[in-house]
Order: sequence, then C-alpha cells, then structure tokens
Amino acid sequence: MQIRFDKLGVVIAAIVAYAAFVAPFATFRANRIVPGQARSILEALPTATGTLLLAIIVAAALIALFKTPLVLRLAASVVVLAALALLIGVAGTFLTPAGDTFARVSPASGFWILIFAFTLLVADVLTRLNLSPLARIGVLVVAALAIGLLLISGRWDSLSILKEYANRADSFWAEGSKHVTLALGSLAAAVIIGLPLGILCHRVERLRAGVLNVLNIIQTIPSIALFGLLIAPLGWVATHVPGAAALGIRGIGTAPAFVALFLYSLLPVVANTVVGLAGVPRAANDAARGMGMTDRQRLFGVEFPLAFPVILTGIRIVLVQNIGLATIAALIGGGGFGVFVFQGVGQTAMDLVLLGAVPTVALAFAAAIILDAVIEMTATKRRVETA
Amino acid sequence: MIEIEGITKRYDATTVVDDVSMVIEPRTVCVIVGTSGSGKTTLLRMINRLVEPTAGVIKFDGADNSSLPGYELRRSIGYAIQGHGLFPHRTVAQNIATVPVLLGWDKARIKARVDELMTLYQLDPEAFGPRYPHELSGGQQQRVGVARALAAEPNVLLMDEPFGALDPIIRNKAQEDLLAIQKRFGTTIILVTHDMEEAVHMGDKIAVMDAGKLVQYAKPAEILANPASDFVETLVGASERPFRLLSLGRVRDAVENGSAEGEAIPGDASQRDALAELLWSGRPALPVKGADGKPLGRVTVDGLVKRAARPA
Ligand SMILES: Nc1ncnc2c1ncn2[C@@H]1O[C@H](COP(=O)(O)OP(=O)(O)O)[C@@H](O)[C@H]1O
Ligand SMILES: [Mg+2]
Repeated sequence: MQIRFDKLGVVIAAIVAYAAFVAPFATFRANRIVPGQARSILEALPTATGTLLLAIIVAAALIALFKTPLVLRLAASVVVLAALALLIGVAGTFLTPAGDTFARVSPASGFWILIFAFTLLVADVLTRLNLSPLARIGVLVVAALAIGLLLISGRWDSLSILKEYANRADSFWAEGSKHVTLALGSLAAAVIIGLPLGILCHRVERLRAGVLNVLNIIQTIPSIALFGLLIAPLGWVATHVPGAAALGIRGIGTAPAFVALFLYSLLPVVANTVVGLAGVPRAANDAARGMGMTDRQRLFGVEFPLAFPVILTGIRIVLVQNIGLATIAALIGGGGFGVFVFQGVGQTAMDLVLLGAVPTVALAFAAAIILDAVIEMTATKRRVETA
Repeated sequence: MIEIEGITKRYDATTVVDDVSMVIEPRTVCVIVGTSGSGKTTLLRMINRLVEPTAGVIKFDGADNSSLPGYELRRSIGYAIQGHGLFPHRTVAQNIATVPVLLGWDKARIKARVDELMTLYQLDPEAFGPRYPHELSGGQQQRVGVARALAAEPNVLLMDEPFGALDPIIRNKAQEDLLAIQKRFGTTIILVTHDMEEAVHMGDKIAVMDAGKLVQYAKPAEILANPASDFVETLVGASERPFRLLSLGRVRDAVENGSAEGEAIPGDASQRDALAELLWSGRPALPVKGADGKPLGRVTVDGLVKRAARPA
C-alpha cells in the first residue's frame, strides 16, 4: 500500500510537533505581573495525564499527516481540542500551590499553537465537507455551547484570565454590552445612511466618484487621528447645541467613538451598494421598466433583491471591522472590551489584555461565520444568473 | 391602429431615428428590419416611451401616447426582449405575473391567467411555475419571456429581437407559436429583427430602417419585388430573393389540375418547401392533399419556377 501525505496535514503535524515538544504549554507566575516560568506538558500536568495528552496529540497529528477519512480527521481534532480545553484547567489547578491566591497560571504559546493547529484542521475538514450554511451555524452554536459550559462548570477558574475576570465580572459585562452596542449601533447608522447614499450614487453618476473618494480618504485616516479630529467639533456641539450634552454628546467618550466607527463603516456599505446595483443584469432592469414598473417598484422589486447578497457582504465587512475597531474606543473613554486591553497594557498584565482581546476575537469570528452563512443562503435563494 | 408621425430621436448631435412616419394596422404583424445600429430598437422603445422622442407623436387609436404616465402606458403594452430579461430572483410563475400584479389583479385571476399562458406555451404550470429562470433551457426562457409580455392581455406587443438567442430549430418553432398566438388573440405585434428571413416569414408588413431613416415600408412581396433602394436590395439578398418570394405562398395557391406519383405534400406547406422537395427528389410534379387528406391536385417545378420570378 502506498502511503500518501495530506498537504495541509504535513504543515499541521510540523506545527503540532513543535508546539507539543518544544514550546511551553503553560506559564507559571508567582503573582500577576512578575515574569513567568515556562512549563511543558509533562511539567504542567500530573505525569499520567500529561502522557495521555501527548499520546492523543501524537495520534491526532498522525491522522492529520496522512490522507485519512474526513470523519476520522474531524473526530481526532475535536478530541484534541476538547482534551486541551479540559486539561489547561487541570494544569491551572496542578501548578497553583494550594491556598496561594497570588500565583497565576496561564496558557502559553504551545497551548495556543495547538489550539490554532487543530482549529485549522477542523476548519479544513468542515470546508471539505461542504456544509450547508445552516449546518455551519449549527457547528458554531455547538462550539459556543461547549465553551459556555466549560466556563460555567468552573474548570477554568484556576486560570489567570478567569481570575482577572472574577475581579471584574460586573464591569466585564458592562463593557461587553457597550462594545456590542457601539459596534452594532454604528453599523445600523451606517446602513441607514449608507444604503440611500449608495442608491443615490448609483443613480447619479456625477456624485459617485466624489462620494466614494471622500469615503476612501476617511477610511485611510488612522483611528486615533480620527478621534482627535472629532474631539473639537463634537465638543463644540456639546456646548453650543442645546440638549446635545444631555444626549451624551461630548468631545470624548462614546460619541466620537460612535461617529468614527460610523464613518469607517460608510465606505463598505456605500461601495457595496453601488457595486451590487451596478451588477444587476441590464436586461432585468430593461424588462422591469418595459413592464411598467415605476422607479420605486423597480428599486425594491428588482434592483434591491438582486444586489442584496453583495450589499450583505459589505455589511459583513463592516460588522467584523467594527467589532475589532470598537476596542480602540477605550482610548478616549468610549468603553468596550478595549478598556481591559489598555488597562492590561498599562499594568503589563498580559492576562488582563487577553480578557479584552479573546472575547473581541470570538465575537468577530462568530459574526463572520453567521453573516457568511446568511449571505450564502440569500445568494442561493435569489440566485443571480451569470449568463 | 398605431400611427407614428414624424418621430425623431437625437442624442446630442447624432440623429438616431430620423423623421419616421408609418401606420400599423390593428391585428397585424409589423417587422422592423435593418442593420445593427440603424435605430430599430430606439424606434421600438419610443412606442412605449422607454425612450422619449425628440420630436413627433405616436398615437394609439388616435390617442397620443404621451397623454398618460410612461409606466401606465407600458403596463398596457406587451414588451419582450432578446435574452428574455427574466427576473432571476423570481420564479417562472412570478415572472409571468409581473404586469397583472402591477395592475392589481386579484390572486385567483392572476393564477388562472398564468396557468393558461403556461399551458399555451407547453410548460406544465405545476412543474415549471415554481422554478427559477436559470433552471430552464434557452427556448423555455424565451417562451416565458413572451408569456410574461402577454400576461395582461395587451392589444399591442413589442418585441426586440426576441428569437435572436435561439438555435435555428427552436427559433422556427417559436416563430410558429408566436404567429398562432397572434392569430388567436388578434394582438398587434411590432417585432424588431436584423434577419430578413424572419421578417419575410413573420411580417404582414416590413419596415426597412437604414441609418435612422425608414427607407421602405411595404408588404413582404412588394419589398422583394421592388426594393426601394440598393440598400434594401442588398438586405433582401439578391440570390435569396426568388426563394423568399416562394416562401410567402402556400402550396394550396399553386395547385394545378392533374395527378402525380408519390407522397402527397400538405396544401398549407410553403411553396418553397414544395420546390425544395421537387428538386431534391428529381421529380417534375408532386401530389397535393388538403387538411382532410383529400387530394387537391399537384404542384409542378415549372409552375413554381414561374411564381419565383419577379412579379410584373
Ligand atoms: N442612450 C443612447 N445614447 C447615445 N446614443 C445611443 C443611445 N441609444 C442608442 N444610441 C445610438 O443610436 C444608434 C441606434 O441604436 P439602436 O436603436 O439600438 O440600433 P439597432 O437596434 O438598430 O441596432 C446606435 O448608433 C447607438 O449607438
Ligand atoms: Mg437593437
């Protein structure tokens, strides 16, 4: 029998070998800000458990390395991911001396690389399985539920990042909801303004280049600079427009963050609306007019539904971008998960940084998967003919 | 009756349709023919005001077509285009129902009409109604396009190269179907094509366009016999003329007394087909039978050749 290697599997196996045997699995620190000491898998876990984990990882890496059935690859990577998720909690308890409340244990590079490698393998299998959009959302929900259960069960409580969380549980959820409100609110505003603007740009050719250029330029302004630029005008509005201050409009805080995110969001929404409308088949438009549709009926009955998947793609870009960018809002007192990131940077407390960063990445990832699935569903239902 | 009076369309300095006047009789097929860029589409689109004329008027039964909003005018006129222009996001049934829905017909009436048209066009409403256009063959899409144009029972149907994208065999069938439906509903059809063969076959009258001008407007036989200019003569195709002339006549009208050997040809076949059959089989005469199968007489090579000559 001829042995055949899987292309991606070779890469994954190499990464896994490095992460499992060379890179540290966990970091131990006497308190939250001193430099840490690396611990390998065998050092971080009870000997039997550590050996078992290594065996599982090696077996899964071999399955990845060769051409093996997709279901086997999926099962192997799910088993490894589950084992890693459970055992990092065990490592936390194992490494923390009993009764020591200052000691901190956090996952180290080896752990993260292993997670990355096997997530890659899962993603590869799921892509090759060609899952339907609904099934992909299903996988996401199952993964989210599993992580939620682990969090609730307290198995990770010995990890540093959850100790940081325990100290800030209230503000975590408050900042989290601010983060989501900021990202979704600015998206909603961008859609409400950007859609009509995109339609206008489509209809009035002279407007198109001008508007898109301006939005392009805004897009290139660094976010910090944009905040700075907004402080003066918003501050002026706050003091001179009656009622503005009562609405929470100030030179710093949520208002400029919201406005900045909104401005960044406009380009993808407007540009995709223009591109989507331009992609509507000429013949369909011509027939719509020839059948006696009014401009309105044609817009809502023909152009809009046909451009919808492209417009949704713009909205997806904006949502993922906003979830990430909302982190910056913390710099000017706008709140959000960025608060933890910048506090952590200030205190050189890496785990606090992660407390802000991990939920942000998870949210962006989930938003991307959900919207991709929605786009695919609308695109297949209202399949745009390519002929 | 449609009266086109001195209609002109200019884009900036270029005159695309130049002072065209013609009258289209009700319940007839008028074919506008000409080379590409001669202004056929523009002329057609001024009839339902997809293009607003620079000068001139177009009247439907005496009423100026600019007396009501363009979209209302267009709901009363059927419109079918090359490549069908079906809405890709709507099912076949929804596509056909477009104008009735715009006109606010009730659901039952719309469904009855959609089913009627689909059946007429040999598309099973149950099987094809819920499909999307991309799930149909080219010929089926084209039929749905025409069915959609006919949905609100318009008196007038405008067609811009409706058969241009079809292969020859399907095109032939589509042309026959259209003529049958035109007879049945008495629709006035104005059809644009660049194919003289199609024009001669379909048209009660042919309008020849050249560089925006109407150069000849006459019955097909007249156009073939007396082309108004060198341009028309080229368009007709000198080598094709006699055959086109024959294709206008039915065998029934060329029957002579007498009998002949062999398989009989039906009386309503075209004289051109009869001549082709005679030449191919190497016989001097063919028997002719009526629709009921009774012998009518015979056609001869000599008789047909005389008919293919330029009329006096
Ligand atoms: N909207 C327009 N603007 C400028 N020129 C046009 C426009 N529409 C058509 N034309 C020009 O008018 C001429 C006739 O076009 P058309 O009526 O489409 O011809 P045909 O249908 O006979 O091919 C062409 O030269 C075309 O370029
Ligand atoms: Mg044309």
